[in-house]
Amino acid sequence: MIPLSWYLILSAALFSIGLFGVLARKNAIAILLGVELMMNAVNINLVSFWRYLDPTRMDGQVFAVIVFAVAAAEVAVGLALVISVYRRRKTVIADEIDLMKW
Amino acid sequence: MNLISVLPEILILAIGILILIVEPFWKPEDRHGLGWLTAGGLVLTALVSLLFGRPSAPELVWGGMLRFDWLGFFFKMLFLFGGAATVLFLMGVEQINRRGEVYVLLLASLLGMNLMVSSANLVMLYLAIETTSIPLYVLAGFLRTDDKSTEAGFKYLLFGVMASAVMLYGFSLLVGFSGTTDMYAMVEALRRSGLPLFSVIGVILLLLVGFGFKVAAVPFHFWAPDVYEGAPTPIAGFLSTASKAAAFVVLLRVFLVLFPLEAVQWSLVLAILAALTMTLGNLLALAQKNIKRLLAYSSIAHAGYVLIGVAAISTESGEFFAFSISSVAFYLLVYLVTNLLAFGVVITYYRVVGSDDIPAYNGLSWRHPWLALALLAALLSLAGMPPFGGFIAKVVIFAAAIKVGLIWLAVVGVLNSIVGLYYYLIVLKHVYLYRNEALEGQPLPIPGPYAIALVVLALGVLLLGTVFGPWFSLAEGAAAAFF
Repeated sequence: MIPLSWYLILSAALFSIGLFGVLARKNAIAILLGVELMMNAVNINLVSFWRYLDPTRMDGQVFAVIVFAVAAAEVAVGLALVISVYRRRKTVIADEIDLMKW
Repeated sequence: MNLISVLPEILILAIGILILIVEPFWKPEDRHGLGWLTAGGLVLTALVSLLFGRPSAPELVWGGMLRFDWLGFFFKMLFLFGGAATVLFLMGVEQINRRGEVYVLLLASLLGMNLMVSSANLVMLYLAIETTSIPLYVLAGFLRTDDKSTEAGFKYLLFGVMASAVMLYGFSLLVGFSGTTDMYAMVEALRRSGLPLFSVIGVILLLLVGFGFKVAAVPFHFWAPDVYEGAPTPIAGFLSTASKAAAFVVLLRVFLVLFPLEAVQWSLVLAILAALTMTLGNLLALAQKNIKRLLAYSSIAHAGYVLIGVAAISTESGEFFAFSISSVAFYLLVYLVTNLLAFGVVITYYRVVGSDDIPAYNGLSWRHPWLALALLAALLSLAGMPPFGGFIAKVVIFAAAIKVGLIWLAVVGVLNSIVGLYYYLIVLKHVYLYRNEALEGQPLPIPGPYAIALVVLALGVLLLGTVFGPWFSLAEGAAAAFF
C-alpha cells in the first residue's frame, strides 16, 4: 500500500503550486484557479488522513465535502465579481485594476 | 436547550426570509421600509435573546458543533447591535437602500458571525467563516456602476479566498494530526500525538494567515484601505468592526483551546505582530488625505492594540491571565461602537457633500455643530482620550500587558497612541478651526435612520467611558467562558 506520506507530499506540492500561482499570476481567472489548487490540496490531505488514520470516523470526509461545496460557492461569487469588473474596465488583469493605491 | 442556544441565528434567518417574501409585494418607492424591518427585527432579536436565550454554564450543543457560553453570547449581542446600526446607515445610500438583497446579504453575514463566535468544531468554524465572508465580498462590490466599488469587491475576494485557503490547509493538518475535528477534544489528542513543536508552530502560522487577514493585521492588511475606500461606506464600517471582532473571537478561541501548550510561543509571535501592526497602521495613516482611508489605517492600528491584549493572555510560565481576555473583549466592544460612530458621521457628511477628502470637512462645526460633536467624540475615543470609551479600553489593554511583563509592548502601544492622536486631531482641526464661508448656513439634512443611529452610538461612546463598570463586568463574564 502506498504510504500516507506520499499523499501528504503530493498535497503539499499541489498547495505550493497553487500558492505560487496566486502570488505570481496577474490574471484574475488564473488567481482563482490557483486558489482551487490550494483547496484541492486540502481535500487530498483530509481524505488521505481519513483513509489512513481511522476510516470508521466520518469527520474527514464530511469536511472534504463541505470544503468543495464552499469552494464552488467562492468561485461562483468570484467569477461574478470578475465579470462586474470586466464590464466596467474591459480587463481582468489584476495589475491594471489599480484605481486605489496607498 | 439546543434550539435556545441558536435563538439569535433562527431569528436572523426568519428576518431574512421575511424580507425576501415581502419585497416583491412592496412598490419600489416604499421599499426603504425593508431597512426599518431589518433594523427593527435585529433589535427585537437582541431583546428576545437577552430575555430567553441567555446561556448558563458553558455546554456543547448540536452534537458538539457549537459551544453555548457567555463569550459567544456577549459577541452575538454586539454583532446584532452593530448590524442594526449598519442597516440604519444603509437606508440612506440611494443606489442600494431599496434593494432587499443588500439586507439579506448583510443578515447572512451576520448569521455567519454569530456562528463563528460559538463554533466548537473545525468544520463548523470553517463553514461559519465562509458564511461571513462570501456575502461581504458581494456587498463590498455591490455598487455595480461604481468603478471603485467593483474594484473593492474584486480585491477583497482575491485576498480573502487566498487567505482562507491557507488557513484551511492549516485546519486540514490539524485534523490529520489529531484525528478529530472537535476543538475541545483536539487538545488532548494533540498532546497524546507527541508532535514536534515546530510542526505545531507551522500550523499556528498557517492559521494566523487566515485570522490576520480577517482582522487586517500587518502583513496581511493590504486589502483594508482599498476595500474600505471603495465599498459602500456602511459596509466598510461593518467590515472594520463586526467582522474584525468576530475574527478576534475565533483567534482567541482557537489559540486558547487548541494550543494552550504552545502559549509562550504564540504569544511572542502575536506580540511582534501587534507592534508591527500598530506602528505601520499609524505611520501610514499620517499621510492620508481621504477620511475613509484614514479610518482604514486607524482600524489596522486598532487591530494592533487588540493584539497586545491577546499576546498578554499567556504569562511567562504559560498560564492564562483572565484579565487580558476581558480587556480584549472590552476593547472590541468599545471599538465597535466608536468606529461605527466615526463611519456614521462620514456617511452622513458624504451624503450631502459628496466627498470623503479631509479638506472637505472645513467648517463642519459651523455648519452642523452636533454632527461635528459626534465626530469629535468618535475620534477622541479612537485616540484614547477621557471621558470617552476608548480611554478605558486602552488603559485596560496596556494594564494587561504590563501585568504579564510585556512592558516593551505597552511602551510601543503608548507611543503609537500619541501618533494616533496627531492624525485624529488633524481631522478635528479641519472640522473646528478652518472655516468654509461659502457653505456656512447651508442646511445639512440628516435622515431619520441616521439620526437614531448616530445618537445611540454617541451615547454609547460616552456611556462606555463614564459608567464602564457594568460593561467591563460583562466582558469579564465573557472571558470566564475559558476557565
